[in-house]
Formats: sequence, structure tokens, C-alpha cells
Amino acid sequence: MTAVSTRSTTAAELMPYDEALSRFDPVLGLEVHVELNTASKMFCGCSTVFGREPNTQTCPVCLGLPGALPVLNAAAVESAIRIGLALNCDIAAECRFARKNYFYPDMPKNFQTSQYDEPIAVNGGVDIDVDGQPFRIGIERAHMEEDTGKSLHVGGATGRIHGADHSLVDYNRAGIPLIEIVTKPIEGTGRLAPAVARAYVGWLRELLLGLGVSDVRMEQGSLRCDVNLSLRPDPGAPYGTRSETKNVNSLRSVERAVRYEVSRQAARLATGRRVVQETRHWHEDTGVTTSGRSKEQAEDYRYFPEPDLVPIAPSVTEVERLRASLPEPPAIRRARLQADWGFSDLEMRDVVGAGALLLVEQTVAAGASPAAAKKWWLSELARRANDAGVALDELGITPEHVAAVQSLVDAGRINDKLARQVLDGVLAGEGSPEQVVSARGLEVVSDEGKLSAAVDRAIAGNPGVAEKIRAGKMAAAGALIGAVMKEMHGQADAGRVRELILEKLN
Amino acid sequence: MAEPAASSGAGHAMTRDEVARLAQLARIDLSDAELDHLAPQLAVIIESVAVVSSVAADEVPGTSHPLPVRNVFRRDVVRPSLAPEEVLAGAPEVEQSRFSVPRILGEEA
Amino acid sequence: MSDLTRMSAAALAAALRGGDVSSVEVTRAHLDRIQAVDPQVHAFLHVDGDGALEQAAAADERRAGGEDGALLGVPIAVKDILVTRGMPTTCGSKILHGWVPPYDASVVTSLRAAGMPLLGKTNMDEFAMGSSTEHSAYGPTRNPWDLHRIPGGSGGGSSAAVTAFEAPLAIGTDTGGSIRQPGAVTGTVGVKPTYGGVSRYGLVALASSLDQAGPVARTVLDAALLHDVIAGHDLMDSTSIDVQWPSMAAAAQVSDVDGLRVGVVKELGGEGYQRGVRDRFDEAVRLLVGAGADVVEVSCPHFEYALAAYYLILPSEASSNLAKFDAMRYGLRVLPDDVAAPSAEQVMAATREAGLGDEVKRRIILGTFALSSGYYDAYYGQAQKVRTLISQDFAAAFEQVDVLMSPTAPTTAFKIGEKLDDPLAMYLNDIATIPANLAGVPGLSLPSGLADEDGLPTGVQILAPALEDARLYRVAAALEAMLHERWGGPLLDRAPELDAAA
Ligand SMILES: [Mg+2]
Ligand SMILES: [Zn+2]
Repeated sequence: MTAVSTRSTTAAELMPYDEALSRFDPVLGLEVHVELNTASKMFCGCSTVFGREPNTQTCPVCLGLPGALPVLNAAAVESAIRIGLALNCDIAAECRFARKNYFYPDMPKNFQTSQYDEPIAVNGGVDIDVDGQPFRIGIERAHMEEDTGKSLHVGGATGRIHGADHSLVDYNRAGIPLIEIVTKPIEGTGRLAPAVARAYVGWLRELLLGLGVSDVRMEQGSLRCDVNLSLRPDPGAPYGTRSETKNVNSLRSVERAVRYEVSRQAARLATGRRVVQETRHWHEDTGVTTSGRSKEQAEDYRYFPEPDLVPIAPSVTEVERLRASLPEPPAIRRARLQADWGFSDLEMRDVVGAGALLLVEQTVAAGASPAAAKKWWLSELARRANDAGVALDELGITPEHVAAVQSLVDAGRINDKLARQVLDGVLAGEGSPEQVVSARGLEVVSDEGKLSAAVDRAIAGNPGVAEKIRAGKMAAAGALIGAVMKEMHGQADAGRVRELILEKLN
Repeated sequence: MAEPAASSGAGHAMTRDEVARLAQLARIDLSDAELDHLAPQLAVIIESVAVVSSVAADEVPGTSHPLPVRNVFRRDVVRPSLAPEEVLAGAPEVEQSRFSVPRILGEEA
Repeated sequence: MSDLTRMSAAALAAALRGGDVSSVEVTRAHLDRIQAVDPQVHAFLHVDGDGALEQAAAADERRAGGEDGALLGVPIAVKDILVTRGMPTTCGSKILHGWVPPYDASVVTSLRAAGMPLLGKTNMDEFAMGSSTEHSAYGPTRNPWDLHRIPGGSGGGSSAAVTAFEAPLAIGTDTGGSIRQPGAVTGTVGVKPTYGGVSRYGLVALASSLDQAGPVARTVLDAALLHDVIAGHDLMDSTSIDVQWPSMAAAAQVSDVDGLRVGVVKELGGEGYQRGVRDRFDEAVRLLVGAGADVVEVSCPHFEYALAAYYLILPSEASSNLAKFDAMRYGLRVLPDDVAAPSAEQVMAATREAGLGDEVKRRIILGTFALSSGYYDAYYGQAQKVRTLISQDFAAAFEQVDVLMSPTAPTTAFKIGEKLDDPLAMYLNDIATIPANLAGVPGLSLPSGLADEDGLPTGVQILAPALEDARLYRVAAALEAMLHERWGGPLLDRAPELDAAA
């Protein structure tokens, strides 16, 4: 048996991505864990609110105290069925929970109550769009399970598990309902594998948001992704050995992790080494994966039917009622919105790619034009989200705010440059756009007398420029406009300033 | 009576090594003396219970539960949690309102 | 007033109702009795004198306020496998030494609501694994009929407590016979209700699909009164049955077996059953025939495999249920001696090594094996199929008869230490009681007399279809009345007096 390398991979052990793709065919598999946004936990009445004091949202059931028993949350089952239906899965006529037995301090009972051979939803599939190219992603299953507690590692470097001398466990998260969504092997992506992975997870986020079943906040861990990847010499060959990279928790990281694994595995295969079937850990900071527990030393989970819960048998009527309550399917919704907004295919792709579809829709609903809504979300706000490393909807600004900013611009009360400052104010928590404008005194000066005086001063201070304009060199007006804007601290309507300059010099 | 079911794993002899492996899986540090004592006992018990493999035909469904009950749910309503001091009262060690546990090896998800 | 500890729960309730006695007096009498005889019997792991007297005073107040619950003010002992808020719960294990649960089992909540003072927690085989109570980490309980013998198990503390008049009633739990077999070997009454009849919330699970709490008493009526208090639907237990139960106490007061169809289970008797046990069983059957019952022999061919199926299903579920005892959140934490900075994994293994007894380890390893990959189908999977066949045997039998009967246990109480290192011989004690747990049907054991050869109590078991618990009480009450008439009083009147050393 080959020894498992636990060293982190060095650059020399990576094959450049393009070369890797010219020599190997990647096969992807994605497992996404979604925390449901039910009010109470999966099997007890404890609250699921994020970020409370440690161990304050725990009870005998979710602490796994001796004698406690689980009772299944009806809302979690309903969400599971809705997710299954939205993924075009078959909903099992009858399914049950099983115990997955392994010892781990953050798991109170030392077994996870999960679904094993009888998941609630199986055999679905969804169509996603990757840079304008459609892709079919097969869905193997979606099943229900419970989340674990959270450990804080103390005494080691940077809170990492390795080298820590002890750990502190908070069980507030233990028992929060999870849905695990597993794809079938995704073939035929070729060099688009990283983009497909990212697009699928982004698409799934959008779907789950639309269903209203989860907050899908990747940075809070309410959507977590495991990336399985294997390489084979060519598309006809049997699947290669796969690695399973755990907890890849941002869209960008999904893309990077796939890319990294392609390069790492290709380097091994090209030098005659084999890929070890193992769990790998993703390191957000360094952008590499490192070896975890290899499957050869893996636990024997000893699954068996959970005797403390009874089977779930959703009636056909119930399933059909839930199907009827599903929101419009994403592809149809997109086509409808594109037609409503009059966007080109490319514009629409940009909106979807940025994860801004729902935001733009809500901004338009709040009164902005589609073009203005798109402009704010995809330029200014996308840049800020990127800088902050969060998704657009996690920025802390609402579609209503954005529409309000645009309406201030449309009313001529602020210009685009001031609007950016207004956005800063809103993002800094200074209140609504209206409040930011008045608190920061950002409104443009509309007093004609003041503007006129400032223009006169600019002309007097720049006689050479004024002469050029009189001579018909209109392009020179920019310098005078700049001078006026500077004097007015940007709080002037540049169009009106230009008009005044031309009036006075002609 | 139908044909007895195939008994692929039945009739398994419980060796000392096997008991040691199972004890590790069950997180019990068995001493050598205990392994010596337990292995032959378990071998006898397993030989005796292996009779189940010859009884039921393949088409007999298994019963995991004596009750034919389905669909037992609770409404998604928040109920009070335990008071934090009650939660931690039985803990061998507490730090920062959390359960303090020895260093954890490896990771699971 | 005569000796309060000798009175039945029904008689105590009547005396309380009539104002002849207070709950505080009744409770104090039992606490005194515990103090006098428990050093010999060791039925209790924990006695809560102050708490019990406080609850007794509250019960007296409730009665003074006009309340009249059937057992209001009657004290009770609870097997240490049910969690009790503020009172230690150990399950007879070192690994839970000193643990005080922050919540009450639903059964305990029901007892408190009924105004029954809790005298304390009774001894048991560790985590209910055993048939003799010798596997308690806190020492064995002794059979009041003969202090050198076992009181049955796993609920030997509960059976001994009622036998020794330390409590009028007790709660037991029955996974494979742990209420009924102790009842048989101590000459008391024990009932395993229909699975799902009594909430399991707060019952520290041994085998979740088999466990059921039930009454331990000296008479059929007393058991029925207690059954009425603890039975009922509980939203905290998904496997609790949502039905309106008829009154068991009412059923226990109908003494009529005329025309009753009784099936004697062919596979539960004969070879392997002690002579005196069989004789007393045959006598009981003849009494029923005399009273107009139709008795036939019924065959349940798969019962022969019940023990094997049980000793796969139970350890499998137990190996998972007991995984939570890992030194992380509560209970014992032991550091391995030979490791400088032990990992959580090493501390778990060291703690479980030190904190769990031999029988528990044996069954955890057996269950770990039965569930492990490669063996699951041949062992656990096959055992589940046998379970189906046993349920089918019951269904077929109950098409022919109203109740089934057998001896409760194959032998009378054996000597302490006699079978301790022969697990298979120990397991055979439950041979007659296990099928009911596998199928979820209710079962009752009542005393059938004393075996001629050793003068020790024997028991007879009555089984009914699921949900028909009331039928058990109707039949048992009739049989009990005939037996008492024959004996000239309750069997326990013949038990030796315990030396009430002060
Ligand atoms: Mg999972
Ligand atoms: Zn909880």
C-alpha cells in the first residue's frame, strides 16, 4: 500500500492547467450541504438563529443527553421535498433515517442522524448555463441530515486543528437541519470544469434563495460545498480515482479548488504516481488542498435504520401541493425577465453570472429602470463585494436602497459621483440613501446664482482656456467644468455647468 | 419452507485480532487480558447467533421496528432551550461557555 | 393502622382517600423500611428521603385541596435508567457516576403529575444488560426470598424493592424481559406494555426498538393502576402510539375468563425449563380451564430463533446508543496513564475501558461486529428477517386464541455468581420473554407459586396482541384471584422475614 502524503503540495507538483487539460479529461462531482432556515432544529425545538452565545441553543435532544429522543421537524421535510422537486427529483413514496456511526467530539450522540439507502429525493437533473453554453447536471440524490456542533481549537497556531492542545465545543449548530445535494458524475466539461462547478453552485444558491428554504450564506457556512474530482486519460476511459475536497465555502474557492485539483492530480498521474482516494482540506488563504484522512483508513460507519424515528411517507396529494407552490423554474424565469427588461443575451449572462438576478429584479420592482439596476449592481456594488470577499446579497445594501439612490440621481438631486458616496454611507450603516445625503450634505447645488458666480470665476481664472472655447474648441470646456466642480466639492450638476459655460462664452 | 438464505458472512470465527479491531472502532481500550478473555466468549456467542442466517428466505422483509407507524412530525416551533448553566453542569471541563475536550485528531464532515 | 409497607398500592390509595393516613406517613414508613432492610437487599442506588417527603407533603396538600388522583400520595421507586431532574442517574454504570440530569423522563413527569413521591432510584444491571442485576457497577441486588440469590434483571432493584416492602410500586424497563423475569423470580407482578404504550423519552436507551417501561407491583390491580398513570401518547417520543387507552385498572377488576381462548406456546416450555416451574405453570393452566377458559397448544415455530435474533438486534442498537458515553460532555473522564498529551480519541477509549463493565463491552463489540461492513447482511439483516417471522407467528397465533401463555423464566432464581462468566447461560433466562419485545406485543408476569424442589417463586407469562394490554389485566386478575384462594393469601406472605437490622 502506498503511503499517504501529508505534505502540502509544492508548485513543482502541479501541472499547468492548460497542459493538464490537454492530457486528461476531468470528471466532477459536487456535494452541497445546505442549512435550512427553519425556526427550530431538525429534531428538537431549539432555535436555529446564527451567532448566539455558545451552548445557549441546546437541549437534551441536540446535546444527545442520555434518554433524549428526536422528533422530526415537519417544516424541514417540506423544505426537503420542495428542494427535491425543484431539482426535478423523484420524491420517495417512503423513506427513512439511518444512523451514521462514528466518534467525533462535535457530534453529541457519536452518530449522525442522516439518510442512507432511502433518501427523500433521487434521480433529478438541472440545466445550467456556463458562459453561454448549456450544461445538464444530473442529481443523484438530496437527503436530510443534521448538522454537527462547532469546535474552536485552542493552543495551536492560528486556530487550526493540527497542533492545538485542546478544543472547545459549542453545540448551538448541532441538530440544525441540513439537506445534502449530491450530483451524478459530471462529464464532458473539459476545460470548463472549474467554471461549471462554480456556475452550478451559484445556480443552486439562486434556486435555494428563490425557494426561500435557506439563507445560503456561504461565509456563515449555511451552504458548504465538497468537491470531488478525478481525471482520466480520455473521455471514453473509466473514471479515475477521485479526491474529495471538503468545505469549499465560496464560489470563487469552488472554481479555484477544482483548478488546483486538476493540476495536482495531473502532475501525479503524469509522473506515474497514483491519485489516492482521500478527503482533502481546502485552504482559502493559500489556495491549495492538503491531504486529510485517506479512505483506506476510513471509518466503517455501520449504518442502520434509526429506530427512534418512524418512516416518512409523503402522500401524493402533499407532494403535488408542494409542487404547485414552487416558484417559476429558473430558466423560464430568466427568459421572462430578459424579455421584460430588454437585455441582450450577453447582458443577461452578466447579470446571472454575478448572482444579481434576484437583486436586479427587486431593484426594478422598487422603481429603478432595468438598465440602472443592472449598472449599480454589476459595477459599483460588484466591485465592493469582490473587495470584501462576499456575495452581492451579503453586502448589506438592499434593492430598495439602490432604487432610492437611482431615483435621487433621476431627480437631479445627486450626480453619479455623489451617488457613489451615498452608497458608501449606506454600506457604512449610516441609514437610508436619503439620510446619508442629508447627513453628509451631498446634494448638488441647484442655486443658479451660486453656479453662475462659480462659472464666472473659472472663466476669469483660466483666460487661455476661455479663449479656446470662444474659438470653437468645445473640448476645452472640460477643464473649466473641472474647475467649477472642484470649487463646488463635486456637488454640482456637471451638465448644467457645461451649459452655463457655453452660454457665457458664446 | 423456502431455501435458507445464503450465509456469506455467517459462521465467522471471532479472532483476537478481530476483537481488537472492533474494540478500536467502538473506542474501547481493551487490555491484552481482556482480549484473551473476550475473544473466545464472543466466538461462542457469534457461532450461536449465526443460526439466524439459515432461517429466513430472501423474500422475507426485515423488521426494524415493531410499529407500523408513519409520518410522526413536530411543528416548526421554537421551544425554550436549557439554561446554559444546566447545559454545562455535567461537563468534565468547561472553558468560555464551551465544552472543553482534548485535542482532536483529523477531521470528519 | 397496620404496617403501611405491607399494604398494596390500591389499599394505600383507599386509606389516603379516606383520610386514615397521610402521604407523609406512608412515605416515611417506606423510607424507614428502606433504611432497615436495604443494607441487606441493596435494591436502591440512591434514596431521596427529603425530596420524597417534600413531594408527599405536596400530595397531602393537593388532596386537602380536593384533588383525588388514583395514586395521589402513593410513593414509588424508579429504575435508575429513567432520568430524574436533580437526582443522580447512573444506569448502574461507573461511566455515569455522579451525573445529575437536567431533565425528567416523561414517565417521571407523569409520576410527579400524579402526585407520587419518588423514594429513589433502583439498582440494575449496567445499562440494563443482564438478567441478574449482578452486572451493576455498584454491586448486586439480593433476592429477598434468599439473599444469596439473584432478584432477576436487569430490573432487579425494582423487583426486590417491592418484594422487600421497601416500595409499594416501582418502575421497571423491559427490553427482553427485564420487568417480567425479575417479577417471576421474586414472586411479584411485572408488565411490559405494548411497544409505544409508554413514552421512552428520558429512558436511557439500551435497544430503542425493544425498550419499554412498565409497572412493577405486588398485585395485578396495583400494576394496572400504575400502568394507567404512565401510559399515553407523548409528543416527545416519535414511537409513542397516539391512541386513547382503556383503563387497565377497570380491566383488572373484571375477573372473568369464561370462554377465553388461551394458547399455550409449545416452543416455550418443556426441555430446559425447571421441573417446579413447569408444574406451577400446568397448575395455573388447569385453574383457567376450571374457570371456563378454552386452552389449546399453539406452535410459534420461529420463537426458537428469537434469542439469536435478539442477541444481534440488541447489541447492534446498543453499540450505537452507548456511543454517546465518551467523556466529552458529561460523566466520567479518564486519561490514559501512558500518554503525555492524549487526544480526544484516546481519552474516549480510556474512559470507556475504565467506565464500562464486561457485559457492556461484550455487547458493544458484538453489536459493532453485527453492523460492520461485510457482516451486516448476514447478521443484523438476517436478524431483522427473523423478527418479521416472529411477528407473523404471533399474528397467526392470535387468530386462534385471545392470549398466549408460558412460564416467564425457565428457572427460579439462581445463586449470585453462578452464571456470571457464562454469557450464553445467562442469556437463556430471557428465552420466553424475548419474543414479545421483538414483536412489540404486551406481556405480563404474575407469580404462579413456589417450585417444589427449591421453594422459590415461579412466574407465568401472559401475552396479548399489540394494543390489547387491558386483556392481560383481565386474565391475570382472574388467575391471581384463583391462586390467592388456593394459597390462602398472596405468595409474598410466605417470603422469609428480612432481619430488620437497625
Ligand atoms: Mg452527509
Ligand atoms: Zn435542542
